[in-house]
Amino acid sequence: MSEALNEQALARYRNDFLKEVEERVEEGEWVKMCMQCGVCAGSCPFGPHWQHSPQKIFMMIRAGKREEVLTSDSMWMCTSCYNCVVRCPRQLPITQIIHGLATYAHRLGLAPRDQPTRHFSRLFWKNCTRAGRVNELKLTLGLYFKDGLVSGIKKAWALRNIGLGMLLAKRLNPFELIRGHECSDKAGIQKMLKKAHELENRRRGFQE
Amino acid sequence: MAKKEYAFYPGCSSQLRGSASNYLTSVNSMCRTLDVKLTEIPDWNCCGASIGYAESGELPRHVMNARNFALAEKHLPGRDVVATCAACWLGAKETKEKLAANKTLKGDANECLKEAGLEYQGKTEVRHMVEVLIEDLGYEELGKHVVKPLEDIKFAGYVGCQTNRPFGINGESFENPVYLDKLVETAGGEAVTDYDQKVTCCGGALAFSEPEKSQRQIKDIVESAYDHGAEMIVTPCPLCQANVEIYQGEINKKYGTKFAMPVLYYSQLMTVAYGGSAKQAGLDGQVIRAKKLEEIAVKVVPVKK
Repeated sequence: MSEALNEQALARYRNDFLKEVEERVEEGEWVKMCMQCGVCAGSCPFGPHWQHSPQKIFMMIRAGKREEVLTSDSMWMCTSCYNCVVRCPRQLPITQIIHGLATYAHRLGLAPRDQPTRHFSRLFWKNCTRAGRVNELKLTLGLYFKDGLVSGIKKAWALRNIGLGMLLAKRLNPFELIRGHECSDKAGIQKMLKKAHELENRRRGFQE
Repeated sequence: MAKKEYAFYPGCSSQLRGSASNYLTSVNSMCRTLDVKLTEIPDWNCCGASIGYAESGELPRHVMNARNFALAEKHLPGRDVVATCAACWLGAKETKEKLAANKTLKGDANECLKEAGLEYQGKTEVRHMVEVLIEDLGYEELGKHVVKPLEDIKFAGYVGCQTNRPFGINGESFENPVYLDKLVETAGGEAVTDYDQKVTCCGGALAFSEPEKSQRQIKDIVESAYDHGAEMIVTPCPLCQANVEIYQGEINKKYGTKFAMPVLYYSQLMTVAYGGSAKQAGLDGQVIRAKKLEEIAVKVVPVKK
């Protein structure tokens, strides 16, 4: 489905990547307002780990470098600290744009496949929407065991002291695996979210 | 009748057996002393946090937050929603702002909420517990209840990101917020006012997905607290608390440091200063024990002159 979505977008926008971002990415209409000062790049706690800083990403969008932007690892470096947002002289919602770009790249199936934050982000949303509340233990185990049983056991063993510390402090409980916290109107939440995805697809011009 | 009443949004990590369950314990104790009544929003749900974005998109994320507001408006009309978690507060506040500014988005959100038999009106405010303390009650009122000042303990006030940016606490600067220092001083402790890492990011959710990069951040946060002579770190955010506390052992292994710095919530400080027991302050929930605070907690409350 993501491949078809990508082809549809390519056909629709041809070489106008800026327009595509403006119409399909959350807060994308702000990209053209970037004045290339670079304060965002210098303010990011994970700055050195971005292959392309937000400033560069914004310029690349304007230059039509679609493939390079959407397949980039960079957007997944955002820790949601909002430092760039409060420092941007033009008050652009940089964090939200970066999240929006990552979401779009993910939806089109262009985001790096084994990107750990992409994986964790999916896992988190799946976890919290299943019953309306996060199950922290299942979330953590899901992350450890993403590459299979053996690697999961190794990871869990390497971090056993953290788990034990949390267990002794009563901030982690194996009981959560059997019966975690849930909302009582799980069905309502599912229906509400299904509708939300449908509406968003329609508004953004995505194929169903 | 209680002095102040709110619709309470505790958030996922604060629940029983959750990673911030001791935060909730101490908030409840603190609020009992302050005569603040917190009524949980019936059937509240997760805010989606910042990290859910890849799969959530825009509208589903706002709908999750709008549902909590709608429940509060239905069951606890007229009361402000109060969140203790930085991410819950930020998520809810962002949704409220976006839906107020965009009629289409608000209409869409309500179309979705109808599926769950609810309606979002946008009448309710969302506040962080810190705002309740310093805006609705004030430092003077908070200080009145102190029976055991936290004398001789030096605290580094680690504000972190999401209670500070992009919204922050009214009147505070993004680069050097001082409310946490003031809360420490209100509880009778000594605040490290020149703690230069007070608004540094701990890595947030990326502590899970990018542990090496995040632990480098956490190392700076803890190291600077030591360099400034702090004995404990205090924070208003559950994820900051967990990240900065539980990875110290890993950092010690990797960098050869000897970190063992307790990381507490402001509400734990207030609870102990108000004469609460170690259990009431949730001190049994520390992975790195806050021994000096435990010692104060077991002391007999001196009779008021």
